[in-house]
Amino acid sequence: MTTTAPVASSPVVRAERAPQPSDGSWQGRNREYDLLKEFVVALVVVALLAAGLAALFSSPDEHQVTLTSWSTAAPTDFVATAATELDGTSGTATYGAPYTRTPDAAQKIGPVSLQHIAGVTHPINTSTDFITGPLASLPGDPTVSAALAQWTAASAAQQQSWSGSYDAALQKAAGNDPAKVAPGSYGPVPTMLTGLLRLAQAGRLDGALLLQGSFYQTDYTKPLLFIADGSYLADKGGAEHLAGEQWGMMNETGSYPGQAWLWLYTFWYQVKPFSTSGNADALVMVVMTVLSIGLISVPFLPGIRSIPKWIPVHRIIWRDYYRNTGSSTS
Amino acid sequence: MTLLEDPTGPQGPLRAATWTGRLRDRATKSFPPEQLLPDRQPIYVASWIYVFGVATIAAFLVVLATGTLLAVQGPQWWHRSGTGHYVNSLHLWSVELFMAFMVIHLWGKFWMAAWRGKRAMTWVTGAVCFFGSIGTAFTGYLVQSNFDSQFISTQAKDGLNSVGIGSRFNVMDFGQMLMWHIFLLPLIVGAVVLVHVLQVRRRGVVPPFLVHPIDLPAAPDRARP
Repeated sequence: MTTTAPVASSPVVRAERAPQPSDGSWQGRNREYDLLKEFVVALVVVALLAAGLAALFSSPDEHQVTLTSWSTAAPTDFVATAATELDGTSGTATYGAPYTRTPDAAQKIGPVSLQHIAGVTHPINTSTDFITGPLASLPGDPTVSAALAQWTAASAAQQQSWSGSYDAALQKAAGNDPAKVAPGSYGPVPTMLTGLLRLAQAGRLDGALLLQGSFYQTDYTKPLLFIADGSYLADKGGAEHLAGEQWGMMNETGSYPGQAWLWLYTFWYQVKPFSTSGNADALVMVVMTVLSIGLISVPFLPGIRSIPKWIPVHRIIWRDYYRNTGSSTS
Repeated sequence: MTLLEDPTGPQGPLRAATWTGRLRDRATKSFPPEQLLPDRQPIYVASWIYVFGVATIAAFLVVLATGTLLAVQGPQWWHRSGTGHYVNSLHLWSVELFMAFMVIHLWGKFWMAAWRGKRAMTWVTGAVCFFGSIGTAFTGYLVQSNFDSQFISTQAKDGLNSVGIGSRFNVMDFGQMLMWHIFLLPLIVGAVVLVHVLQVRRRGVVPPFLVHPIDLPAAPDRARP
């Protein structure tokens, strides 16, 4: 093993100016170093550390929100959301690609809308997929069946008139309570939505929205979009400090560490122009893509690649070597 | 095995003619055993910062092992079993350690300017590992099948949809995300980690900025001390 004793002080040279082998390999002094032993020790220490942290702090498992739990805990929010799904004014109904063909709904990067170019790959008609479809697939209440038949027989304009009027009236009602909606020409809409609420509270809507005619299913897009259109999920997320303005992207439920490594991604949403832009998501994605490519390309970026030379943190990292070779005074 | 004479001259080494032989020759030339598993390192490899590279790999293996245990029992196991919940906790905390070690390792390599000396691809593969790991962790959060997954997926869809990615990569499709999390992304990250480690073994650890003449390659007219 080569000694690590200090060598006589003599001029040091910058590595990049010094003669180097063509393959960049080190030709200087070496010392014994057991990589395998280091790896085994690291593996044992990390495993013990993880075991200890898991035993001490466990992991969060906040129970999921279902259409049943939502409709039971917040029936007025459920019915108000269902009304917007029926008249086509909900967040999902007006989202644009990849769910709906809503003109001008897609976000843009300058004049380009990648969202629009990618197209509608998961088509959703909130009225039929979230409301009338499940009602039709789960018959059992003659009143609701009659209301649904009346709805189906009506023209599109008539349907829009009924559902739009009821949605507007519901929003004006105290506490958005369906029982306090002013009388009006709503056709079968109140009966349909009341029937949907009963279905949801009975636990029959979760399966109906998920399965959509298929036995096996792993795609939760439709029930999740329906739930997310309401305020119940957002309120619960805010209470768990998961909302966007709470830097929620890097948080976890409870007091657990989340995806802290997303801090920079989250940061952009907190500052202008992103925080006030209708195209914030697309713009932040572009910024993060450019920065990510930049990090990967650091060795090829003049100026950036020289920062470690200008800010000599390397003197701390290699302080033993520099001290032993007397280069700390150079 | 057929051997061909080296075209550089009659005294040159013999070259294998088969694909297998050429692959072996290239592998052993690029990674001779003493370079692949060295028991000596340059004298400057003496800092705590070097620990975080191997600690990252160690944590990665713990992540893979605990993830494998979760995969054996299925994605719902940890919700209904105390043992499963503990294994999930192991998985979570090993991921947190993995990411922490990797970030420290990354910063350490930045301040060393570890891309010097034809080591640019070592940096590039390391940075790709970092982003691949972020993607893998992200899909892990999506497949917890609890409230956190619901909230994250309904929020994250907007970013991905805004640039068209969401049209093919649907964060609310549990089945698709599970496949990405337990197979596709670990496969990609694992492969890039392997390439990264091989790059480190091939090029060695980057030397300090300031090198003492005693450690410079011997020139023909300069005797080594």
